[in-house]
Amino acid sequence: MKKGVLLGFLIMVLAACSSNTPEEYEPIPYTLEIPTLFQQKLLPPVIPANNPLTVEGIALGKKLFFDNILSGTRTQSCAHCHRPQDAFSHAFQFSPGANGNLGTRNSMPLFNNAWNYDELFTWDGKEFSLEGQAFEPVTNPIEMNGNWQDIEQLLNNHDSYPELFRQVFGAGRIDSTMVVKAIAQFQRTLISANSKFDRYLLGQETLTPEELNGFNVFMDEAKGDCFHCHGSDNNPLWTDNQFHNNGLDATFTDLGLGAVTGDPNDNGKFKTPTLRNLVYTSPYMHDGRFATLDEVIDFYSEGLQNSSTIDPLMKNVNQGGVRLSAQDKSDLKAFLLTLTDPEFIRDPAFNR
Amino acid sequence: MRRIFTLFFMAIAFANCNDLDADNEAQVTIQFTHNWDGFVVDDTTFNSFQFQTANGENVSIERLRYVVSQLELVGNRNNNVLTQDYNLVDVGNGTGLQLSSSNVITGDYQLRFRFGLADADNQDGVYQDLNVASFNVPTMLGGGYHYMQFDGKYKDANNQDANFNYHVIRAANVSNPSSPVFLDTSFTVDLGTITIRNDAVIEVEMNVAEWFVNPNTWDLNVLNTVLMPNFNAQLLMSQNGKSVFSLGPVTQ
Ligand code: HEC
Ligand code: HEC
Repeated sequence: MKKGVLLGFLIMVLAACSSNTPEEYEPIPYTLEIPTLFQQKLLPPVIPANNPLTVEGIALGKKLFFDNILSGTRTQSCAHCHRPQDAFSHAFQFSPGANGNLGTRNSMPLFNNAWNYDELFTWDGKEFSLEGQAFEPVTNPIEMNGNWQDIEQLLNNHDSYPELFRQVFGAGRIDSTMVVKAIAQFQRTLISANSKFDRYLLGQETLTPEELNGFNVFMDEAKGDCFHCHGSDNNPLWTDNQFHNNGLDATFTDLGLGAVTGDPNDNGKFKTPTLRNLVYTSPYMHDGRFATLDEVIDFYSEGLQNSSTIDPLMKNVNQGGVRLSAQDKSDLKAFLLTLTDPEFIRDPAFNR
Repeated sequence: MRRIFTLFFMAIAFANCNDLDADNEAQVTIQFTHNWDGFVVDDTTFNSFQFQTANGENVSIERLRYVVSQLELVGNRNNNVLTQDYNLVDVGNGTGLQLSSSNVITGDYQLRFRFGLADADNQDGVYQDLNVASFNVPTMLGGGYHYMQFDGKYKDANNQDANFNYHVIRAANVSNPSSPVFLDTSFTVDLGTITIRNDAVIEVEMNVAEWFVNPNTWDLNVLNTVLMPNFNAQLLMSQNGKSVFSLGPVTQ
């Protein structure tokens, strides 16, 4: 009888212990600080219900983003091609992958991507959601050339990762889904909204007459007419996140959206890039063909190539383009440079 | 005999009561459809030169988006149902094509809406969904929003592809920047009376061809692009727009 009681007691203690042991750690919810202009002008950012932001999740995502462990050779991280000092793009036309192979597309800057409401990522929109996108470069042979099985094993046997993952996702084996969720959380915190032009809109700074004229060229349907695709004072993302053929080529080596949808009417269409932080994101276009903004502006002014899928907004293609005066060109460039946000590239939260 | 008559009368009264009871709530869906003189216009008929304007230009449609506002079913018992303050229809993306309102009490309704946004509603930058859709009008032209963005290509006099940007906005003449002239060119569309008996789908048809005719025969060789700052072109568009919408089939 005594033994029985003791046993019962022991069992109770053990039960109490075991219900406590895999101590449920509750990660701290993180609320995105939404910039005033975004709050005023834009719909709320996209944060999937199954991947809410947490302080620990973001920190883990940042660590993974900068960690070579995600590549087959253990020599390359996301940050190799998405460098903080380049506004998370890369100064190379094509970035070498872990094995030194070159792709055919220019690396893209990573910021304000939580405000891409259709959640279509990469130049041709083939990836859905930030979570979905993050699977791709890890295993792409010309990018990080990794193998998820190996990477999961490395992470599970690592001396610090298991604890960090447990804090975010609870107990259990680390898998690739957790990896991409954490990286996506970090990416959603990459927000750039403190350029000279933002401060001008908030009444905190004035623009030079050249910059103001450049903005007018951008907004004037009879001049640059850039705002129909690239945002405006009322769409401070400076992109519509839609796909257009802006007249780079008469024939296409890279079909862009057309290869994804299979619709020939989509051939030569690529996602409109944001015009924020252009100083840091050269070279330009999906194939990085233009090294300077002057080349880009000359292209829109007189270098357009006609094709059946060119966007009708490239209205003067038969005259080569919008034909800007030298003064308007240089003012347009001055305006574009007011979309630069130096604080973004220096932010310690975004640097290793 | 009298009794029978009374009974009969009472029965009718009851039936009527029942009828009143039955004048319950229905779900009403407004469906926007698009055609070119009867031929379907949707994303499957975009991007090919299969339509011809009254003036004889062959046209390919590549983008067709417009705003309707103050959409309401006006009941005859002071029971207006405001279905939507404003709605962006995007034919290419297939969004905004349907609007539904439940709890519509059965009865007679007048269906009306405004094409575009009346001045009082056409405030700069205030609609976040329209900002995100890049539907804004530059401040230099008075701000606010496009009423319609209709982009495509036409065959010019040399049978070469040329672009058109048929963008409808509040008419603005800013040629003298110190005294700009603005005119609200949005307009009300009244589609007549509809009897709602059950759940119903009401089709609102846009005949896209009508933008190019009636009363003004439109010559794309003359009026094709940079129409936003063209005050006179905006007046012509507004006039042509008035015959664009009609009531299609009502299924219930
Ligand atoms: C070898 C260079 C390279 C590496 C490494 C790399 N990327 Fe990229 N990234 C690119 C290129 C190039 C593109 C454009 C791809 C395309 O359009 O096909 C891109 C596109 C993207 C985009 C789409 C952005 C947009 O606006 O649509 C995201 C997000 C992204 N990368 C995240 C990551 C993450 C996360 C990692 C690490 C897991 C990573 N990348 C590793 C080169 C790289
Ligand atoms: C029809 C929509 C459209 C219009 C109008 C338009 N663009 Fe673009 N823009 C694009 C697209 C799409 C790309 C990417 C094209 C590609 O890489 O294939 C692009 C690329 C760019 C880039 C390169 C950015 C980068 O990071 O690579 C710059 C700069 C640019 N546009 C500026 C302008 C300016 C200035 C105007 C007005 C003169 C303008 N755009 C008008 C759609 C447009």
